[in-house]
Amino acid sequence: MPAVENTVLICAGGACISAGEKSVKEVFEDTLKKYSLETVVRVVETGCMGACDLGPILVIYPEGVFYQKVNAENAAQIVEEHILKGRVVERLLYKGDTGELKTKPQEELPFFTEQVKIATRNLGVIDPLSIDEYIARDGYFALHKALFEIGPEKVLETLKKSELKGRGGAGFPTWMKWDFTRKAQGDTKYIICNADEGDPGAFMDRAVLEGDPHTIVEAMTIAAYTVGAQKGFVYVRAEYPLAIERLTFAMEKAREYGLLGNNILGTDFSFDLEIRIGAGAFVCGEETALINSIEGKRGIPRVKPPFPANKGLWGKPTLLNNVETYANIPPIIINGGEWFSQYGVEGSKGTKVFALAGNVKNTGLVEVPMGITVRKLIYDIGGGIPGGKRLKSIQTGGPSGGCIPLEHLDTPITYDNLKKLGTIVGSGGMVVMDEDSCMVDVAKYFLEFTVEESCGQCTPCRDGTRRMLEILERITEGEGTMEDLDLLKELGENIMATSLCGLGQTAPQPVLSTMRYFWHEYEAHVLEKKCPAKRCKPLMRVVIDKDKCVGCTACARVCPVNAISGAVRKPHEIDPEICTRCGSCLAVCRFNAISKVSP
Amino acid sequence: MSADSIRETVTKIYEDINSQSLEKGDVLINTLHAIQDHYGNFIPIEAAEVLKELTGTPLSKIYEVLTFYTMFSTHRRGKYVIRICKSLPCHVTGGQEVVDALKNSLEISFGETTGDGLFTLEETSCLGLCGVSPVMMINDEAYGNLTKERVSEIIDSIVSRERGE
Amino acid sequence: MAKIKSLEELMKIKENAMKGLKMRDSGKKGKIIVAMGTCGIAAGAKDTLRAIVDSLDEKGIEDVAVVQSGCFGLCDVEPTIEVHLEGADPIIYGHVTPAQAKRIIDQHIVEGKVVGDLIVKKGEL
Repeated sequence: MPAVENTVLICAGGACISAGEKSVKEVFEDTLKKYSLETVVRVVETGCMGACDLGPILVIYPEGVFYQKVNAENAAQIVEEHILKGRVVERLLYKGDTGELKTKPQEELPFFTEQVKIATRNLGVIDPLSIDEYIARDGYFALHKALFEIGPEKVLETLKKSELKGRGGAGFPTWMKWDFTRKAQGDTKYIICNADEGDPGAFMDRAVLEGDPHTIVEAMTIAAYTVGAQKGFVYVRAEYPLAIERLTFAMEKAREYGLLGNNILGTDFSFDLEIRIGAGAFVCGEETALINSIEGKRGIPRVKPPFPANKGLWGKPTLLNNVETYANIPPIIINGGEWFSQYGVEGSKGTKVFALAGNVKNTGLVEVPMGITVRKLIYDIGGGIPGGKRLKSIQTGGPSGGCIPLEHLDTPITYDNLKKLGTIVGSGGMVVMDEDSCMVDVAKYFLEFTVEESCGQCTPCRDGTRRMLEILERITEGEGTMEDLDLLKELGENIMATSLCGLGQTAPQPVLSTMRYFWHEYEAHVLEKKCPAKRCKPLMRVVIDKDKCVGCTACARVCPVNAISGAVRKPHEIDPEICTRCGSCLAVCRFNAISKVSP
Repeated sequence: MSADSIRETVTKIYEDINSQSLEKGDVLINTLHAIQDHYGNFIPIEAAEVLKELTGTPLSKIYEVLTFYTMFSTHRRGKYVIRICKSLPCHVTGGQEVVDALKNSLEISFGETTGDGLFTLEETSCLGLCGVSPVMMINDEAYGNLTKERVSEIIDSIVSRERGE
Repeated sequence: MAKIKSLEELMKIKENAMKGLKMRDSGKKGKIIVAMGTCGIAAGAKDTLRAIVDSLDEKGIEDVAVVQSGCFGLCDVEPTIEVHLEGADPIIYGHVTPAQAKRIIDQHIVEGKVVGDLIVKKGEL
């Protein structure tokens, strides 16, 4: 990546935007692109810098040059003069007493202010290797409270009042799982933490394990005490080596401090933990497949019932929750159930961590009260779509979920609402897609994933998803028929009705959901042999505009297959027979002469 | 690698892991990971036979596990196993270009190993690093915000490090 | 470490560790926290960490501790670091390449001037 040479701050406070800043930023970025400077100049929108009467304002670092009253016209000039040629545009300079800005940083940014951090309370705040810092943030006080003050019944009651539901995807009330396992017959019981985070686009569990491993140790110990278990296993996917390392260290420290192992906090309650590592199988996120994998077997799901609460690991009663669910437990025990349920809305209480990924500005993790609207999450907290592109859809719930189209952006995010839209909250992954994404291609992408990850045990999932993928491949190659679309729908519904586990029962969701909201894109592929997003390679071509091409030969030089011909200073041409649609030429053309078309 | 040395190594690894476990037996997957780490990115097929005797598990069950999980390999792989994410978040942020760049610069396809035995290219599902997508892992090290250029830089720096040694 | 058996012992650890977290009575001028989740590392946090340590060494600065933390969630601006000087609001910086890290040491740690263009957040997380 080329080093960033300049940083440009553009005020995005309310006053400056109303003074026309939006277009300034766009013009600025467009002009940068025109000169291929977008990689060496970073444009940052700041909060209000407190100089509204001079707005819109713009500051260029490292020099710290301060321009005032910038408009669309002189923004382009600033790029051409200052950035490109290194000459300060004198007439736009700030003429006040001081060039020093009151840097009023973005503490008001919705990314920070809208968040309510419960499960992620310690992330980035404490040193994950320091048990003392965890204790400084009230760590292990919940364990103490459970053991000495309230006892198992009260723990269950608190959880019930909190209305916490499983954060791994299924959304089953957590207190019920704990209660079933507590009531199950048997002297030997197990606690499991599902850290086999696999949904594409979800990464909150990794962040918690890496940034706050003790919260899992503490929560599992409280769970063990409540249900009467002696041993616990954390099943972590092998793709997360750092999480394994930090959790291992946390467990050792907790044992040293007498917070894990024999006679915890000096009582006669003993509980110990062990890490079992996955080996690259998505299906192991399904609870019964995970149990098989811990037992050292192939990760294939078992038939339910019996449920793990009665017959789980080695046939014994087993409590299984995911990482994010556990991370909520200690604060709930300390602050009470009502404290947690004050957040959120009816049926979906508390907070949820969402992972923003894809074409969104602030990619990362955010924890917000349930019931927030999709729009607020993507635009206010996520900062919107980069590159001046338009939002097309948001994929939630990974390969088990579906998409939320533009018309439903104002839906409050709850378990029920998303279900009505044909998708799920799932583990909280949100993949944002802009106008350049083809929804048929996206559906195909998920099916490739499912075909790869199906464990092969039951026929609908193993063979059915493969047949669906073949149909989608035909469609994206321009060979699909309208009958194919009917067949796709029928197959999908059958697979959902007849598969053994959650993986198969939800695998067709991404296809059915995109068919529901983006039927026109499927039709365009089938009837017009067109890919509206110009993404499906067989249905698009790369062409050079003869009027714009100046014959600089830049494209011909980067073409890996020599598909571009033309003399110097004469318009060039691409041979569609040779062209692989790789897009290398598009990236180097400085005259916007090359574009993708779908004939 | 003689059959005897494999027997000795595998036995030691198994006993180590079993003794540290909360539940004895049934530690096949953790054992296979340790064997793979020991031999460097692959598990000699002879290890299965040894594990059969140690654990009393039928050979078919051991093969079952060995072949079910994508991270285990019984074929010798490169010193550096590159695992590039093929999931949606990486796809929509330019992952395909990065995949093509990797294939071009290494001149191999998925599942193949370079002639010098340095690199094996594999695809993986989501690595949970979507905030810095596109991403890949080279052995245990993660690399994010990938572009064509950054991929070549990373590969070149490994190659020159290896040649220097 | 003796095993903890009472609430008092737990409180004592909490109070001691709080001082470190809040930068009080720690005997240090300040600390730099580098976010070292895998996402940060993938974006180059290890190089940033090395640059910070080298730069502090070079300048003979010994009263600034360098520690690590997990990811605070804004992956887009990784690598991130937090500069926490005694008596001042902590500042989180984003996009901290090794070169920018050196700049932050020069300006913020040595001269006490906040590096405006890299600020992501001012104040406690």
